Amino acid sequence: MHSDSNGEKPPSASTRSGVRLKPNLQENNGASVGAAHVASAGLHSLPTENTPKLLQLQNISKRFGDTLANEDISLSLHKGEVVALLGENGAGKTTLMSILFGHYVAEQGTIHYADAQGVLQLLQPGNPQAALAARIGMVHQHFTLAENLTGFENILLGSENLLLPARGRAALRARVEAQMTESGLQVSLDERVSALTVGERQRIEILKALAHDTQVLVLDEPTAVLTPQEAEGLYQTVALLAQRGLAIIFISHKLHEVMAASDRVVVLRHGKLVGELTTAEASQQQIAELMVGREVPPNKHEHVERGEPVLQLSAVNVDSTQLRHRLRDVSLTVHSGEIVGVAGVSGNGQAGLADLISGLLQPSSGEMRIGGTPASGAGPRQLMARGVARIPEDRHHQGVVAAMNISENLIIESLDDPRFQRFGVVRSGAARAHAEQQIEEYDIRCEGPDATVGLLSGGNMQKLILARALDKAPLLILASQPARGLDIGAQTDVYQRLLDARKRGAGVLLISEDLDELFSLADRLVVLHEGELIDAGDSDKVDRSSIGLMMAGQHKDVAEPQEAQR
Amino acid sequence: MIRLEPRSQSSRWLSLMAPVLAALFAMLLAAIPLLAAGQNPFIAYGLIVKGAFGNLFALTETLTRATPLILTGLAAAVAFRAKLWNIGLEGQLYLGAVGAVVVGTGAIDAPPAVLIPLVLIAGAAAGALAMIGPAWLKTRFQTDEVVTTLLLNFIILLLVQMLLEGMLKDPMALGWPQSEPIVDEALLPAVISPRYRLHMGLYLAMAASVLVFFIMRYTTFGFALRAVGENPAAARHAGISITGATLGAAALSGALAGLAGVSEVAGLKGYLTADMSPGFGYAGIVVAMLAGLSPLGVVLAAVFVAAVFVGADFMSRALSVSNYLADLMVALALLCVLIGGFLRRFKVSWISASNTAKGANT
Amino acid sequence: MEFFDILLSENFWAATLRIATPLIFGTLGALICERAGVLNLGIEGIFTVGAMAGWMAVWMGSGLWGGVLVAMLVGALFGALHAFLTVPLGLSQHVSGLGVTMLATSGAYFFYRTALPDVSSPPRITPFQPLDIPVLSELPFVGPALFQQTAMTYLAIALVIVVGWVLARTPLGLAIRAVGDNPDAVDSQGLSVYALRSGAVIVGSAIMAMGGAFLTLSAFNAFFFGMAGGRGWVCIALTVFASWQPRKALLGALLFGAFDAYQVRLQTEVGAFLPAQFFLMLPYILSIVALVVAARGADYPRALLQPWFKGQR
Repeated sequence: MHSDSNGEKPPSASTRSGVRLKPNLQENNGASVGAAHVASAGLHSLPTENTPKLLQLQNISKRFGDTLANEDISLSLHKGEVVALLGENGAGKTTLMSILFGHYVAEQGTIHYADAQGVLQLLQPGNPQAALAARIGMVHQHFTLAENLTGFENILLGSENLLLPARGRAALRARVEAQMTESGLQVSLDERVSALTVGERQRIEILKALAHDTQVLVLDEPTAVLTPQEAEGLYQTVALLAQRGLAIIFISHKLHEVMAASDRVVVLRHGKLVGELTTAEASQQQIAELMVGREVPPNKHEHVERGEPVLQLSAVNVDSTQLRHRLRDVSLTVHSGEIVGVAGVSGNGQAGLADLISGLLQPSSGEMRIGGTPASGAGPRQLMARGVARIPEDRHHQGVVAAMNISENLIIESLDDPRFQRFGVVRSGAARAHAEQQIEEYDIRCEGPDATVGLLSGGNMQKLILARALDKAPLLILASQPARGLDIGAQTDVYQRLLDARKRGAGVLLISEDLDELFSLADRLVVLHEGELIDAGDSDKVDRSSIGLMMAGQHKDVAEPQEAQR
Repeated sequence: MIRLEPRSQSSRWLSLMAPVLAALFAMLLAAIPLLAAGQNPFIAYGLIVKGAFGNLFALTETLTRATPLILTGLAAAVAFRAKLWNIGLEGQLYLGAVGAVVVGTGAIDAPPAVLIPLVLIAGAAAGALAMIGPAWLKTRFQTDEVVTTLLLNFIILLLVQMLLEGMLKDPMALGWPQSEPIVDEALLPAVISPRYRLHMGLYLAMAASVLVFFIMRYTTFGFALRAVGENPAAARHAGISITGATLGAAALSGALAGLAGVSEVAGLKGYLTADMSPGFGYAGIVVAMLAGLSPLGVVLAAVFVAAVFVGADFMSRALSVSNYLADLMVALALLCVLIGGFLRRFKVSWISASNTAKGANT
Repeated sequence: MEFFDILLSENFWAATLRIATPLIFGTLGALICERAGVLNLGIEGIFTVGAMAGWMAVWMGSGLWGGVLVAMLVGALFGALHAFLTVPLGLSQHVSGLGVTMLATSGAYFFYRTALPDVSSPPRITPFQPLDIPVLSELPFVGPALFQQTAMTYLAIALVIVVGWVLARTPLGLAIRAVGDNPDAVDSQGLSVYALRSGAVIVGSAIMAMGGAFLTLSAFNAFFFGMAGGRGWVCIALTVFASWQPRKALLGALLFGAFDAYQVRLQTEVGAFLPAQFFLMLPYILSIVALVVAARGADYPRALLQPWFKGQR
């Protein structure tokens, strides 16, 4: 039932022997996974001037307060074409799509769509129903599925008259099944969504978007939750759909997948359209520069001598009903002065690993040692006292109490520290002074120690968490997705802090879904797949495609499993 | 289209004014039932104010009525801050009164300086116990505390009735189900003069309000409690025990409600009956919401709610309007303050679709 | 063996169904609201105001079914208030529900007192009479229990089937289940989250009010203060116990009714040894126990208590 479209030929083969259409793509190892599949995306004929236009955005501008989120953006989309909309977080991609789907109204500009006769019609602004009626469908990054319904029921939603009994379900069913065979989006329609994997849920999402005779499909960061191999399956689906005449907008901030999946790349930066290139004629470096606006600095760091082990996990198991918490026989050592990167598709045990080291979860078997002494059974407080600092994956959820102020959030992990309390009474003066000093040192942009944390930007919130975590010169730093959702400036800052801590002699366990981040920061890489930890060795000796295979659980075919304990 | 824009920082002035405006608006809405009853609302409002504040007697009656409301209001405020939905204040109040009766009706022979604190402790402990149960079920079995505390109100009231007809029954009461009287040494003394019913319970309640303010604002326990209420995941990640904070909040909340029972039985009534509280527990929720969960604001909110009850009683006797009007006004005040909180957080404006926007999001 | 004899008496089973009827209405109503993602603690007040409004309408000459209809309308009105506060405004469902309960209860009392200022004992109406279904009601044992109830009891059972069918089999039910799990799923398909949720709360509240009307129009023949007596809260507990499924709600209500009917009869048997209040407490204690047992691993609608605002993902 779950057959990937790339299941026929092993992905490794396609990665290695794929026809390389673009000689200029091979500057860095990041390209190799993507480049191969340009072949599949390029199978269909590229649109020409004669291909009918399906969508035309003209001079779109949108302002939020003082910031121009979109400035004079024009973009048109032809039948059978895949356009990548590329840009960093905050570049204006989401705003543009929200305008297309009627969630926002542009101050300036118009959108036209092709009606059934192919004649361009004005799309009514600010009306989500109009976008649906114009046969524009979207697959959101965060799935919009009801998990207590089956996949088919999710597709059914909204297609029937709510005031009448069920009718015409068989016809829709037949259409969806035909769609499945044509596009290769195979998935069980009668399984409750809660029982489906992320990849399967995405297929349901796409089928849902296609069910309304869609001619323009928008995919918002569709690969964020997929393994590289699943992503390749998706590229093929996209190519197939384009071949059948759909126009597709593929939103992304990852270069290699843009190269792999698109015919044309449109790059946004600070709300402006800064470049429009034919994918086949562009190089990664060229696009990257457009996106970032400057040379991408190679993030090489200086060598630091490895010291004593600070974290040792031996044969740790965590039993959980949730896959994201489950760990199976995990052994891992992090030494002082090194950064160990944990790669993996999200939901494969990263949450379990992070919670274990944070003290929120106890191992069912196996042992954890911090700084050489056993730490199994310790809670968050004990582990912090032993020198573990944590940067949680979700700042808003676990990192800060948004309704409390900066000085309170800075001492929340130190409530029994005599610096900040005496006989159970908080020393607010000391807390304030501490906050002022940290605001200064970590350059937290805010109104002062009494400012509510919920009002801070993501980057400043992360600086606060860093300030708190690094305050006590920790032995081990657990950093989960520390730079996710931050702008380049804040990202660089976070990376620098982690590298500084490493230089000082701290061990860092960096959990990330961003391979670029892992390759540029980590000394050593490990991969999590379904709760198992695979050692990938030194980061400068391993290439992306083998990491990708390990993320998909196929490491045994390519490399001998190595001993993680070294 | 309705356009909602979150206010980045609600102004202090707005925070203070919102509940006042809500209360005034609730009074205004009460004109509808008044008109329906064939009364002139302005005359009725005048009588309510006169009945609540018109002379020293009226004022002392209002403050007497406010005393238990301060305590139950504080109880609700503490629990709600920790996102613990303690709707069982009524039951905890009665159990606190039982605690006072058990200790204060002659079981212990001691001077007031010893006996009064003992009675207070007994009542607070009994109230705390009544709330720790549901809180424990919540932390241990994820049982919804709203339903358990609500049902406990009925269970405790039946228990009190049972005790008043059994173990605690006063044999001298000619068959009425009431407890033996509290001994003189355990009674809370009158405040102004014995001619007025106002008793030391008021000072106790005000002291409790200051103490709760201090605990919530300046202690690590209060810190933990607020953190758990605002974001349990972050609190837990930071090493704060959610179970500990929840049980602590439950104990404090229950104890405060229990003290309300003690204050009524040892300060006002002198003996316990099963109809002692006209819903002080439920009104405490309104008081806490009106006060925006601020411990000091609770005092003012309690005086307002008490004034509505006392004034409406007076008005209803004068105009022969049902005094359920007071309950109606209090319920309206709760709903108005709820909406007021919404207006405080969002700017609302009616606009044409062409300007629809919700916050910057790129 | 008196304990066992009770179970064999016809009137025990008849009483079980009678006690269960308002709980069936209430639990069905609460379940509809919660399936759409809204907890409705207004239920206790809606019971009270439904009982009062239904009775008042009949007393003023509307006829019994007219009374039921009036109760439903008034229930829907308070449901609309709760829906307005919790759905588009997204305010605390707990506080709003309690506020609605307070408002509905005090409103009912105030209206009753204002309309009937001078009565010393509650006036009476002629309530629904048991339907003697020919032949079936003659059956030994099950006859009186199952086939001599009033029309409202049969209506309650029919409603279980209807609500179950709507939720499981119709497009509307699909949309309600979806909106209680993930409002974005409904929104992305062009359906209105606000309309679905508000509609569910309004309809659910109308059904709750029928439970109140049953008290004054079928179980008794007059309106008393404190009439709801916590039945609403019991229904909220039963909803969890029933895992939000109409069939199990019926089962839960019947179990509760049986227990209540049993304790009343047991009281007359052993009442000499134990005070009456002890028995009266048992149903409430049972509700808590049922809640504790059911709440572990209960499959709560994922979006229950979560406000949703259009355009905020």
